[in-house]
Amino acid sequence: MASRQGASLDRKKLMADPIMVTTIVVLITFLTLFILYPLAVLLVDSVYSKDGGITLSIFQRIFGMSSFRTAITNTLKVGFTVGIFSTLIGLLFAYVEVYVKVRTKFMGGLFQVVSMLPVVSPPFVLSLSMIMLFGKAGIITRYILHIYDNSVYGFWGIAIVQTLTFFPVCYMMLKGLLKNIDPSLEEAARDMGASRFKVFASVTLPLILPGLGNAFLVTFIESIADFANPMIIGGSYDTLATTIYLQITGAYDKEGAAAMAVVLLTITLAMYLVQKYVLEKKTAATLTGKASRARMLIEDRSVTTPLTVACSAIALFVIIMYICVPFGALFNTWGYDFTLTTKWFVRVFQKYKGFKAFKDSFLLSLAAAPITALLSMIISYLVVKRKFRARGFIEFVSMLAMAVPGTVLGIGYIRGFVNGVFGTGFLQGIYGSAAILIIVFVVRSLPTGTRSGISALRQIDKSIEESAYDMGADSFTVFMTVTLPLIKDSFLSGLVTAFVRSITAISAIILLVTPQFLLITVQINEFAEKGSYGIACAFATILIAITYGSVLLMNLVTKYFGTSRKYKEVD
Amino acid sequence: MAKQKKGVRLEHISKIYQDPKTGKDFYAVKDTSLEIAPGSFVTLLGPSGCGKTTTLRMIAGFESPDEGEIYLGDEPINALTPNKRDTAMVFQSYALLPHYNIYDNVAYGLKLRKLDKTTIREKVTKILKLVGLEGMEARMTNQLSGGQQQRVALARALVLEPGVLLFDEPLSNLDAKLRVSMRTEIRRIQQEAGITAIYVTHDQSEAMALSDQIIIMEKGVVAQIGTPQEIYYHPASEFVADFIGEANFLRGKLTAKDGDNGTVTVEGTPVPVTGVAERQEGQDCTLVLRPESAVLADKGVLPCRVVLSCFMGAYQNYHVMVGDTLVKITDFNPKNKKIYQVGDAAYVDFDRENVHVL
Repeated sequence: MASRQGASLDRKKLMADPIMVTTIVVLITFLTLFILYPLAVLLVDSVYSKDGGITLSIFQRIFGMSSFRTAITNTLKVGFTVGIFSTLIGLLFAYVEVYVKVRTKFMGGLFQVVSMLPVVSPPFVLSLSMIMLFGKAGIITRYILHIYDNSVYGFWGIAIVQTLTFFPVCYMMLKGLLKNIDPSLEEAARDMGASRFKVFASVTLPLILPGLGNAFLVTFIESIADFANPMIIGGSYDTLATTIYLQITGAYDKEGAAAMAVVLLTITLAMYLVQKYVLEKKTAATLTGKASRARMLIEDRSVTTPLTVACSAIALFVIIMYICVPFGALFNTWGYDFTLTTKWFVRVFQKYKGFKAFKDSFLLSLAAAPITALLSMIISYLVVKRKFRARGFIEFVSMLAMAVPGTVLGIGYIRGFVNGVFGTGFLQGIYGSAAILIIVFVVRSLPTGTRSGISALRQIDKSIEESAYDMGADSFTVFMTVTLPLIKDSFLSGLVTAFVRSITAISAIILLVTPQFLLITVQINEFAEKGSYGIACAFATILIAITYGSVLLMNLVTKYFGTSRKYKEVD
Repeated sequence: MAKQKKGVRLEHISKIYQDPKTGKDFYAVKDTSLEIAPGSFVTLLGPSGCGKTTTLRMIAGFESPDEGEIYLGDEPINALTPNKRDTAMVFQSYALLPHYNIYDNVAYGLKLRKLDKTTIREKVTKILKLVGLEGMEARMTNQLSGGQQQRVALARALVLEPGVLLFDEPLSNLDAKLRVSMRTEIRRIQQEAGITAIYVTHDQSEAMALSDQIIIMEKGVVAQIGTPQEIYYHPASEFVADFIGEANFLRGKLTAKDGDNGTVTVEGTPVPVTGVAERQEGQDCTLVLRPESAVLADKGVLPCRVVLSCFMGAYQNYHVMVGDTLVKITDFNPKNKKIYQVGDAAYVDFDRENVHVL
């Protein structure tokens, strides 16, 4: 059919736009170099034999290790359990928020706090408090229940901590889905004589089933990629992430670690692909409609009471867990001597170079945040608003980073950059420098930022940018004068999210950090492992204060300077 | 006002899309050639999916044609990006920049052209006066009614003094009354500005009221080009006849012919027609009869039976059966005329000049 000059004309038009072409080339180079290349190196490492051929002997060796086989089973078991429980608890919270009439403001506050906490806290804070509440010297186990030899380490420790850490993600995802269900569907079922439970089972549940699967897989991936919690509370219960870490830091077995990383990556990638290409599409297909009007909330006490009680109990428990951390930093010896003291904070700064740690973490994250925010907005713009051949590549690779566990990325960077790119010495200088840490921060936060940028941009009528383009603006001007101002809020929140994620990150960074940099998270991890919970808690408390402060600051700025809300009303 | 009115020429333009469901390619626009004279108001009219918007977006530069070449004036513009083309578009959703006020919206394109501030102020003030928005420069776009937003969109395009002004269904988001008054406005402003305009719509009365020329499109192909009168009275096909106004179709055979005049036999009855010089005797043909071109009478051309008779105020609406064919007739100002009732036998009466042979 036809000569199809359309595609070549589109290309010509693109080439007439040098800024655009440069941006695309730079982006593709960045994504290839810092996401694809390290993963490719791992793959090569794990099948490359010393005599130059391709071999599976490294895989044979690691699969021959019983500890590795156990780690795989452990990881999957934990992931599955955490996935199920997080999804269920998330569903409970989402359902209560969207369907149930909650009488008190207090409940609303609880919900907000619960959805905020995991965002602002370092990923392993709950492990600390779990040990302090339920461990051998735990307040609850030792002083309330009088159990003196309780062990929180192991499967249940990890599972509980991860569930409490990840269920808010499910809650937020499912809340969005439930809100999109047209209430008249359920009213119709009710009208035809279905009981409330029947309506839930036969209408609501089938509609959100793909969404539940989606939430399950997202948590599953998060769980098996999690490094810090299994490290602190796993005890001898090793998961893939910790095994890989020990393989490279303890056994110095780089090829083995690379092969293990490939195995872990294969698992997360497979789940990610299912999640992204099967479930997400299905979710979109079943829930296209917008709620036509407000939903009649359930007021029946026999429903509301048990549901709200369950939610409040979980929420309060989570909040207690978080509160535990600052208190841990204020007591003389946790579990034995509950006199108040500031000695841990003093020690953090006087003995353990606390100031340097905060400065390093803060500055590196501060450098990474604007890069991440800008990159993700540019990527979103290109993906949503422009069409060109490499668009699919850019979207795929920048989202791919979501499926890459931090540990895997860390190993990839070590193998990929210690001797420069492909061992040529090119870019060797970045290894051990601040640059590589910042790049890791950027890559790790890119998917979240891009995702929120894409959804923000999709809400903006395409013809607004087209009109600017039509009036004579080039792509760069359109982006600067139209796109960016319209997604200011999203940009701002991307900025803060990137900052918070960076300053609380640990999994990839712990493998790459060199002694010249002290990072708070690495310090917390170190002291927690040693059992110095006072110091760990003091570090964590200050970290939470920083992250919480920056989120508050963002909310304040958005409130006074953000204007996106006003635009959306226009339609 | 326009620096230079420009014509637009499309030479064998095609655009191919892929059906997202079947994955098969199809022509959204197929082998379309057009010539639009400088300064004229031309409407692309057709049902949704006929390729009219795609054609407009190819002229604007948002889509690239898969075959053929587009000329603006004498310049081929296929490879030009939208910002380099001397066209300005008024969007269906208006697409005003929501973070700017009226003044900044209208001045946006002028600022990009690096004009000095006084010139910009002069031009913006002048154009806002033309569209009737003087004094509202500082309003934000979300404080405007639909009609006002429409005027801003128009002013923003006009102020650039483009060679060609493009409209993509600009009135479809307005209510019916405003639509009528805005289309008169658009026509007035286009005439005053003396600018070439290409207007996409699926609303035939809009097309009739606005255009010097109407281009009717069907499934990616041009079905007919002509003035509103030509298209209404001499439709080139049943599709055009049916799409523009209402039409009755009577199947028959040309049974006698004398120069341009002839006789077509419909349901066994001879009907006098004209305009058959090019046709052969014995040929099958279809007669197009507009409902307002015929009346019901006791004597006339075609015998019929009334199946619906309905008083509509301005006219009496009849449905009658001529043999097996349903014919609709609107009889205007029925106050002092004979009203036929359902079941009555009557005749459909019309002159040979009022029936068009396809």
